[in-house]
Amino acid sequence: MTTIIANILIVSTIVFGVIFILVTAIGLIRLPDVYSRTHAASKSATLGVMFILLGVFLHFWLIEGHINTRILLGIVFLFITGPVGGHVIGRSAYLTGVKLWDKSVKDELAPVVAERKKQHEQNKT
Amino acid sequence: MKTNDVILQTTTKIIFFIIFLFSIHIFFAGHYTPGGGFVGGLLTASGIVLLLLAFDLKTVTTALPINYTVMTAIGLLLALSTAAGAIFFNVPFFTHAFDYFHLPLLGKQSLHTAMLFDTGVYLVVVGVTMTIIQSIGADD
Repeated sequence: MTTIIANILIVSTIVFGVIFILVTAIGLIRLPDVYSRTHAASKSATLGVMFILLGVFLHFWLIEGHINTRILLGIVFLFITGPVGGHVIGRSAYLTGVKLWDKSVKDELAPVVAERKKQHEQNKT
Repeated sequence: MKTNDVILQTTTKIIFFIIFLFSIHIFFAGHYTPGGGFVGGLLTASGIVLLLLAFDLKTVTTALPINYTVMTAIGLLLALSTAAGAIFFNVPFFTHAFDYFHLPLLGKQSLHTAMLFDTGVYLVVVGVTMTIIQSIGADD
């Protein structure tokens, strides 16, 4: 009985993770510009991989009776680094001048970046 | 243009210690599980490369004042002397030995001379990788 409950938990966790990764892949194809694509990739891929790792951890813990702390460390590591990776990609895309989607309504970083660039030019001369 | 990297730098400060501790774990676990000196060295080097990406070369060299060329030399010397030490006990070159020791806190542990050889490999891998990356990265 406990094995059935454990298996249900493991399978549902892994299936949930795989569905999130599938959503990521669809988002990467369907979304219009770099920023919404990093939004899709950094959030749902991180969550998907975390759920798959959690399922693997549960399998080795509940079925094989072996607690693998490296998987827990991997979950924490992904949770910290995944969103930061997305942030860095989006930021470097913005600073190198990649255009926003033509239906975007707000661009609040633009005046700040223009100001910084002007200051930089003045410091040069 | 001066950019604001506060998120990347703060994350790097935390992540570096996770990577470093994991590389130490991989290094010590190498005898019984996958891992060892080579992978541990590469992981340590990748942690330092992450620091180099988030901060600049000058900050990292003041934080970690290591001469990586000397580090490579020490590693080679350690590996070679572990191998050569076997000669003094009338056994062929590169013969390893192990024994059980009662260490304080850790209890009964087996210590093997292959560990010292692995430390040499670790130092050489870190030294060579960092020498390559620093000499490519410094463009003066």
